[in-house]
Amino acid sequence: MSLINRLLGSFRKNKLEDQLNDELQFHIEMRMQEFVASGMAPEEARHKAQRLFGNQMLLKERTRDMDTIGWIETFGQDLRYGARILAKNPGFTTVAVLTLALGIGANTAIFSVVNGVLLNPLPYWQPDQLVALYSGTTEGDRGISSYPNFLDWARNNRSFSALAAYRPDSFNLAGMGEPERVPAEMVSASFFPLLGVQPILGRTFLPNEDQLGSAPAVLISDGFWKRNFGSSPGALGKVLTLNGVTYTIVGVIPPNFRYHARNFQHSDVYVPIGQWNEPTFHDRKVSNAMNVVGRLKPGVTFDQASADMKALARHLAGEYPEANKGLGITLVPLKRDVVGDIRPTLLILQAAVGFVLFIACVNIANLLLARSRGRTRELAIRTALGASRGRVVRQLLTESILLAMAGGGFGVLIASWGTQAALKVLPEVLPRAEEVRLDGRVLLFMVAASVLAGILFGLAPALRTSRPDLHKTLKEGGRGSSGARHRTQSVFVVVEMALALVLLAGAGLMIRSLAKLWSVDPGFDSHNVLAAQLSFPSAIGPPDAVRAIWRQINNRLDAIPGVKAASLSAGAMPMGGDTQIPFWLEGQAKPSTFPEMKWALSYFVQPDYLKVMRIPLARGRFITPEDKEHSPFVIVIDDQFARAYFSNDNPIGRRVNIDILNATAEIVGVVGHVKQFGLDRDSTSPIQAQCYFSVFQIPDKFMPMAAGDVGVAVRTAGTPLAQVGAIRDALNQINGDLVMYRTQTMDGIISDSLAERRFSMILLGTFATLALIMSCVGIYGVISHLANQRTHEIGIRMALGAERRDVLRMVLGEGAKMTLLGVAIGLVAAFGLTRLLAAMLFGVSAHDPLTFAGVAGLLTLVALAACYIPARRAMRVDPMVALRYE
Amino acid sequence: MSKANPDVLQGTLDLLILKTLARGPQHGYGIACHIQQVSDEVLRVEEGSLYPALHRIEQAGWIGSEWGTSENNRRAKYYRLTAVGRKQLAKEEENWNQLTRAVAKVLRFA
Repeated sequence: MSLINRLLGSFRKNKLEDQLNDELQFHIEMRMQEFVASGMAPEEARHKAQRLFGNQMLLKERTRDMDTIGWIETFGQDLRYGARILAKNPGFTTVAVLTLALGIGANTAIFSVVNGVLLNPLPYWQPDQLVALYSGTTEGDRGISSYPNFLDWARNNRSFSALAAYRPDSFNLAGMGEPERVPAEMVSASFFPLLGVQPILGRTFLPNEDQLGSAPAVLISDGFWKRNFGSSPGALGKVLTLNGVTYTIVGVIPPNFRYHARNFQHSDVYVPIGQWNEPTFHDRKVSNAMNVVGRLKPGVTFDQASADMKALARHLAGEYPEANKGLGITLVPLKRDVVGDIRPTLLILQAAVGFVLFIACVNIANLLLARSRGRTRELAIRTALGASRGRVVRQLLTESILLAMAGGGFGVLIASWGTQAALKVLPEVLPRAEEVRLDGRVLLFMVAASVLAGILFGLAPALRTSRPDLHKTLKEGGRGSSGARHRTQSVFVVVEMALALVLLAGAGLMIRSLAKLWSVDPGFDSHNVLAAQLSFPSAIGPPDAVRAIWRQINNRLDAIPGVKAASLSAGAMPMGGDTQIPFWLEGQAKPSTFPEMKWALSYFVQPDYLKVMRIPLARGRFITPEDKEHSPFVIVIDDQFARAYFSNDNPIGRRVNIDILNATAEIVGVVGHVKQFGLDRDSTSPIQAQCYFSVFQIPDKFMPMAAGDVGVAVRTAGTPLAQVGAIRDALNQINGDLVMYRTQTMDGIISDSLAERRFSMILLGTFATLALIMSCVGIYGVISHLANQRTHEIGIRMALGAERRDVLRMVLGEGAKMTLLGVAIGLVAAFGLTRLLAAMLFGVSAHDPLTFAGVAGLLTLVALAACYIPARRAMRVDPMVALRYE
Repeated sequence: MSKANPDVLQGTLDLLILKTLARGPQHGYGIACHIQQVSDEVLRVEEGSLYPALHRIEQAGWIGSEWGTSENNRRAKYYRLTAVGRKQLAKEEENWNQLTRAVAKVLRFA
């Protein structure tokens, strides 16, 4: 109640003021009458009565403070006063606001990413109930699942209100102008309802459409609807021809629908997964790029669901040991599954950018301290006139916060621009990137960061300045004694140096990691290699017809003048898709279950593949044109395969049983290992063995699948992209429906595989550079200031015979002391903190001595260079001028 | 009253004001005079402390105020005790008595 009264009071100040005047006036007059009655002259009585009140202004202020919330009024006063002071020092204000804008802007930008990606819930109904499900042979293993297993999970679990499956594909779309290859996603009927996604037109799939043999139905994206049907409701019931099959459009998916997960691609067409008649897809032993998501029943906890699924996995392993023995089910909360990998990176970047803001604050605190020298007198007078210390501190803090808010305002501009720029250069490595925006929470963060920054850099100078020794300051004419202030400034510089060193060490380690990664041999020569996917007209026919076209493609591509070698490639592609097959060596007992077999990555290629990729041949021979569909089945293995399963024996001539291909293959050669899973991750991947088959020896039953998913790799004479046109023409001449898509250079693929690391390196590097510049500006400022202050002393020293280089050494020595202390503290801090980076590093230890020594040397050098400028100025002091100057 | 120890004296001043107002509504000047007279001129309320205290106690809700006419026909602000204030007075009186009894005991036995 009282608070409200006082709050109201704050806004009816004038009325309260009048009433208070009346009240006091009454009192004074009564006293006066009293004095007059005791025989005093009226004039004297009035004076005496007024004197009783002492300082009337102060009394009124104190009384009024009881009726109002004092700081609301004084805040307004302070704000106006602060704005005037800042406007009077445009140079200082500009530098400070710009520094702060950079610091707060960078923080806000990173926070908006953290907010959009990590903090905001996933954009679905009750997102906490969503869980990703994987098949895995070990605890926590996130492997893809087979469709029959998914169906059993969905039927027999007790924890989920629904489970949904999805896998990516692509279709040849005909009947909509030019035939084109469109990305597609197969989803179970439960998928969209489970996420709570409502179609903007029509309906989603019905359960009975999600079965083999039902009438083909398709959902289209909003974009596709707009482009091809002008957003007309008449699109419902129209048909699309996908891979030669006619699908009826039953609904339109809303434009804002997003789902980030492995094996999900945002597509123009969605078809029911259960209709896919690929025989291997309905084979429990084969997992085909399919992932599963589930929604927990209300009240069921994640742990209960894990236990339930564990029991179910055991049951299925017992029922289908050949496919499922040893196979568990791994549950991961969907949000962690989507953003878990990027989380440490983002948090480290947020911490790093926080350091930058801290350094900016320390710098401004130093500027304020240096400036406060000139204000000591002003504040001393205020204090002498009765301002309390708290009041002065409040006024100075108001100024600081005003400054910080101005910086924050510009910072938001920098942040929104910076976030957009960052998201543009950032490829798919950042999930949920489209959800990153400046929302209320981000703005709140900005305001909080500004106020905090203002207090941070304003408090120390305010406390220092608000405690002047009145007598001395006023007597000295405002110059004041500034020993303590210098100590504070020096401490600030040391802190800045230490923080900058930590950031430099982090950035240095990232740069070294990336350099190491670039020098890793991927196992093949990626220069001048073009990789693409080919889509085949569905009417291509029986396996032999496919093989005939493949041979034709190879011949045509070889005939292009700029093409040195070309090979089709089904199955795995370096750093692209991977296909794994189980095997066992001839002469060993056949393992009774699939999970117990050995697994190898398999590439189905043509003879020139080795020439295209320049993979070294270690032993024997590679696949030749003689390895045709009806000739003996041959396999070429890599050196990891040879080492793992034949150790020192010669593997040539040994035979490998491959159940899934119904064949036994003879090993004819050994080639070098390819870093399939990326330069950084390959060595830690569980599957290391690799093998090559002739693309023509793919068994007939796999031909339809292989034909739909075949890639091509081409080595060119010059820039690969220059040949794209010629390659496309050659394909066109074979068959007008042959489409080349996802065309990339192999160099580009490798570069993309490092995008996330490169992105964090660039950001950390930028932050470290900012920190380096700011801390050096800081030390420059303090040393200049010190040197200026000591001009008089330097003059005396020189008059007494000090040499110029003594002066230089003295001033530089001050700077060196602070720098070295800062570097030493920074090294200790970095030693503790870079450990957090360990997961992002490659090939260097988190305490890499070379990096630490390097950045320490760099920082010391740059800082001393910054000190050299004022030191040289001090050295040039003319003793006569310096002595007269005072 | 001197300014020497505002913490102790502020509480005491509140008690004196509340007690004075328990006799009926009064203006600031009247309160000061009453305290001075009743204490045989021992306690003098400084104007510099009285008005901030009155406004503070009013905001606390222990006293209310309205403008009225004084004995000599002038406009004056009259303060009066509220129900809350009456309870507060009882509490403060009890505190005070406890305190003085305690101090007296110490003085007797020290």
